[in-house]
Amino acid sequence: MIIHTLFFYLFSAITLASGLMVISARNPVHSVLFLILAFFNAAGLFVLLGAEFLAMLLVVVYVGAVAVLFLFVVMMLDVDFVELRQGFLQYLPVGALVGVVLLAELLIGLSGWTFAPEAIATATSPIPNPAEISNTAAIGRLLYTHYIFFFQVAGFVLLVAMIGAIVLTLRHKPKVKRQVIADQVSRSQKVDMHAVKPGQGV
Amino acid sequence: MEIGLPHYLAVAAILFTIGVFGIFINRKNVIVILMSIELILLAVNINFVAFSSFLGDLVGQIFALFVLTVAAAEAAIGLAILVVYFRNRGSIAVEDINLMKG
Repeated sequence: MIIHTLFFYLFSAITLASGLMVISARNPVHSVLFLILAFFNAAGLFVLLGAEFLAMLLVVVYVGAVAVLFLFVVMMLDVDFVELRQGFLQYLPVGALVGVVLLAELLIGLSGWTFAPEAIATATSPIPNPAEISNTAAIGRLLYTHYIFFFQVAGFVLLVAMIGAIVLTLRHKPKVKRQVIADQVSRSQKVDMHAVKPGQGV
Repeated sequence: MEIGLPHYLAVAAILFTIGVFGIFINRKNVIVILMSIELILLAVNINFVAFSSFLGDLVGQIFALFVLTVAAAEAAIGLAILVVYFRNRGSIAVEDINLMKG
């Protein structure tokens, strides 16, 4: 139990510290790397809570895909990030005010609050004994039966996002020569000769 | 020193506040704003999983899965819009994004 406590404080401290570094790092590449660290430690918190599947999903999907996507975009855009940090101190007071008020509200909200004793019994799908069924298998049994419609909708959301991202960022450069298979197939069989100037092609 | 639900909720609340704070102080940098949104969604996920674990209900983890899906889609679309915007304007300053102002 003492190890559980120790790891909880370790993971949560690193998560919060790297969250602070995400928003305050000067270089956005460092921000992304601290975001990855925050996700790793949040995955550790998930493991402590017994949600191994979501922890691994966080590592695979977030660290492996989303954070690397951020990293690509940050490195691809040639932006003067020093200029973007102008006004950092100007927005600091109002941001700190909103942050403190929000945090106070959240902490007050959760300090004067307890479970009703009968709340545990109202669980619609209780977590099975981890010794019998692993977390992943239990989620699979629930997800592919009761929540199959939502699962399909989630897949559809990802499909739309993928198509949308491709449509948004795909561009045809006018100078690129592409192979047009229809033209090649519909070509008549005669052999013809062209005077090709050097360096220009047909 | 039993770690209970309030501990996890406090971590999530602080992380949520860090995310909101990040949106305020990085008003000009869209990339950091997108990362702040990711932090906020992570805080929400910690809440979902903590409640799921302490109430013994698996549905919270299912919902956290869908939050992850939507967050991934949002990040992909947001970054795609950012790349297109940078191509057209040569900058990613939020204050320049006022063409659609009525």
